[in-house]
Amino acid sequence: MSSLVAARDVAVGYGSAPVLRDVTFTANPGERIAVLGPNGGGKTTLFRALLQELRPSQGTLTTTGRCASVPQTERSRLDFPVSALDVALMGTIPGRAWWRRPTRTDRAAARDALKRVDLADRAERTYGELSGGQRQRVLIARALVQNAQVLLLDEPFTGLDTTSAALLEELLRELAQEGRAVMIATHDLEQARRWDRVLCVNGRQIAFGVPAETLTHDVLAQTYGAAIVTLPGEDPAAPHHAILPPHHHHHDDVPPH
Amino acid sequence: MPALATVLDTLADPFSQALMQRALLEVLLLAVVGGTLGCWIVLGELSYGAESLAHGMFPGLVLAALAGIPLLLGGAAGILVAALAVALAGRVPAIGRDNATAVAVTTLFGLGALLALSPDTPLGIQGLLFGDVLGTTSGDLLAGAALVAAVLLALWAAHWRLLAAGFDRDGARALGVAPLVVDALLLTLIALAVLVAVQGLGNLLVVAVLVAPAAAARLLTRRLAPMMAIAVVLGMVAGIGGLYLSYYASVAAGASIAGLLVAGYLLARLAAATSSIRKGRTAPAG
Repeated sequence: MSSLVAARDVAVGYGSAPVLRDVTFTANPGERIAVLGPNGGGKTTLFRALLQELRPSQGTLTTTGRCASVPQTERSRLDFPVSALDVALMGTIPGRAWWRRPTRTDRAAARDALKRVDLADRAERTYGELSGGQRQRVLIARALVQNAQVLLLDEPFTGLDTTSAALLEELLRELAQEGRAVMIATHDLEQARRWDRVLCVNGRQIAFGVPAETLTHDVLAQTYGAAIVTLPGEDPAAPHHAILPPHHHHHDDVPPH
Repeated sequence: MPALATVLDTLADPFSQALMQRALLEVLLLAVVGGTLGCWIVLGELSYGAESLAHGMFPGLVLAALAGIPLLLGGAAGILVAALAVALAGRVPAIGRDNATAVAVTTLFGLGALLALSPDTPLGIQGLLFGDVLGTTSGDLLAGAALVAAVLLALWAAHWRLLAAGFDRDGARALGVAPLVVDALLLTLIALAVLVAVQGLGNLLVVAVLVAPAAAARLLTRRLAPMMAIAVVLGMVAGIGGLYLSYYASVAAGASIAGLLVAGYLLARLAAATSSIRKGRTAPAG
């Protein structure tokens, strides 16, 4: 099984000093990889490197599958006059000369993608009028339209109710099962434990591996610094770790434009 | 039916003169470019930028009037200088972009006013400030039509990139759309549109046609294509209505058009408010 992403000793950043370094991991088809780290720890930077928006200053980053990003829904404008189908159709932009309009094939692909995320009946609805979970799935459809084999999701569960979150988690499981690698930036340790790999970053890669072996107190302490507490569990051999939630949500590893 | 004949006469009478026919074509052109480009201006929150360009180009227009060269040329040079001045002022540390723009634009506008009020200045400076749609020449119309065609073509071609960048800048970058290129394109198109529209509506009123119809249309629909169509129609109605007002009430044409554009926005606001009260506000679930 060949990997879709292979990173070796990658350092990446915006200026001379890298925001993230020592990154070495592989993403294989079928894997869900949790990317854990504090805000500003380099999660977004890693994604931007995978999307080839940033070039590593060091190391080698090989992506054999096309990467597509699924941004947070709150970063898109809810007051924008676009339908769910319009948003999915934006996924056809990369393959098209800039003066060309979407073709019939493009439209069919966008509708298929919406169907894949169970939103076929919402195609004509205004994006801003959909629920948070539905909006997230529209953005996933936009990534699917790009024929992405690697999906990069930026905290997709933020703000979702439990039903929407369960629906989304099931969708991500299926998308991975179909042969994609799904990388998910998250703060939710319990969720991360259910997935195939975890990648912990905080300015550098702290650890990468299967959750059960990787998510030790030591690794989490290095990943989150002081913001970690150990909850007393029923089984003293398997204490539960929890991360104190960040006060507010921002991406301080993105330079101001 | 003498009554009908009277009505038809009243409607047709103003446009029996070539001057009014040219004015009519000019306001229709303005409505088309204002309605379409205006939607991107409103969605991109670029109204202040559009107004700044229009005001900042004033010295260029005055100098062109003084030198007797075509206003279009003077206006183009004026817009370039204004854009440069805004960009330079923005580089001064600790001013802030909006303040820098305001300083640069006010300075330029003041300079234009100084030139305009000199004793050598020919009459007709008023026209630069408030427009002279009735003074539209065939040459103006041709140049205007060419510029409007160019703007429409560019909007049509760049539609999906404009949409992606406006919807979500970061996401657009991941789709291979450079938001900065999209911004630059949009500002260039705004400059072209201002150049065309300043002839009819003048320095001070030009923004009305670029902003008001689109702002009104935005209140009435949730899709881009109908928004543009509504904005174009609103612009046309206000334009034609303004010409009638000017003809029968002997008021300034540019000001009448601008006034009707704003009235159209207020009506749309009222319509949107009534319909949302009738429907009851429904928030999306989950």
